[in-house]
Amino acid sequence: MEYKDYYKILGVARDATQDQIKQAYRKVARKFHPDVSKESDAEAKFKDAGEAYEVLKDPEKRAAYDKFGANWREGQPFEPPPNWDAGFEFRGAGYTGGDSGGFSDFFESLFGHGHGHAEGRQRAHVFRMKGEDQHAKIVIPLADAYGGARQTITLTRPTVDPDGHVTTSPHVLHVVIPKGIIEGQRIRLEGQGLPGYGGSPAGDLYLEIAFQEDRLFHAEKRDIHLTLPITPWEAALGATLTVPTLGGNVQVKIPPGSQGGKKLRLKGKGLCSASHRGDQIVTLQIVVPEAKTEEQRRLYRAMAEQMPLNPRAGLER
Amino acid sequence: MTGQQEIHCHEGVILNEEIRCTLADLCRMCGVPAEVIHEMIEEGIIVPEGMSSREWRFTSISIKRVQTTIRLQRDLRVNLPGCALALDLLDELEALRHLARRR
Repeated sequence: MEYKDYYKILGVARDATQDQIKQAYRKVARKFHPDVSKESDAEAKFKDAGEAYEVLKDPEKRAAYDKFGANWREGQPFEPPPNWDAGFEFRGAGYTGGDSGGFSDFFESLFGHGHGHAEGRQRAHVFRMKGEDQHAKIVIPLADAYGGARQTITLTRPTVDPDGHVTTSPHVLHVVIPKGIIEGQRIRLEGQGLPGYGGSPAGDLYLEIAFQEDRLFHAEKRDIHLTLPITPWEAALGATLTVPTLGGNVQVKIPPGSQGGKKLRLKGKGLCSASHRGDQIVTLQIVVPEAKTEEQRRLYRAMAEQMPLNPRAGLER
Repeated sequence: MTGQQEIHCHEGVILNEEIRCTLADLCRMCGVPAEVIHEMIEEGIIVPEGMSSREWRFTSISIKRVQTTIRLQRDLRVNLPGCALALDLLDELEALRHLARRR
């Protein structure tokens, strides 16, 4: 078990007033709320802050916690000394609010379900209550969204053992990624959330889809974008080129006289579901060959003479 | 088939553009009574399709906005107008983050 520095988590001094603790908690909670923050560890930080506040807002729990002294460091191995809590009575016992599901072993062993003084907790289990919904994000390759796939995911979820201790255990699920799912969409798996209490049904699991960065493609809703480098003569004269799509290579005709930045739409080559079509958008990027030899420089000069062009005509005022 | 034990694969419901759910579905999924949904509609947090509450149909976006609202209320004690504002700003932020990633 590792020591948790609740003061550090909330960013307050050990002699902070109850008001300062409340303000600090609210600030951290707003900053790391999983619906607001996109930081990858936002959820963990939000839970840590909730746990810290659960202890520090209660003067009795705070006093008991303070007895361990100020020399402990976050993450340091820790065992509570025997009878550390003698003389304290946690009448409010256990949790008074917030999402208690993910509190640390450190908290659990000191103030949690299994705690000797927490008599009130026994009654809590008599309630019939639907299990909590669980939300998770899964990151999939674009190819899986294009063609559909099966994914094995592992979720960490708290479980309560017969003694009432909360531990976390991995929960493995095999899910179908349907063809044509797009970023931000969610899959709802009924009854795959946290177990219910007193014989009530389990909560639901929501999986939000995110896409892995892809070297070639990026998705905008259903459309897949690709930048296609071409030569000046392919752009000027037109060409039929091999272009990668998520469904494999296709032949694309570049019309003569194409400019850099021109977009070509390959219908149906994006993320298509049963009722929605996505396209692939190919953006042409003209790559100019470097003139390395005298012969090559002469070619450019000949072009300048024979094909005079003022591309900045539009800039004149 | 590889001859191995077949793995049970969960299909799930895709909350995509096609999904429409009734008021009762929405209440059940989000674990709230209908009055809570009524208040959110009045606040403009979600907009149902259909005229009367019997005909109301909600999109997957509504499901997500209701769930986020419930969490913001519970975790940060944001009131309903505050949630409406936060959701709009979060949408805008998400769009900007998406743009920024492309740069």
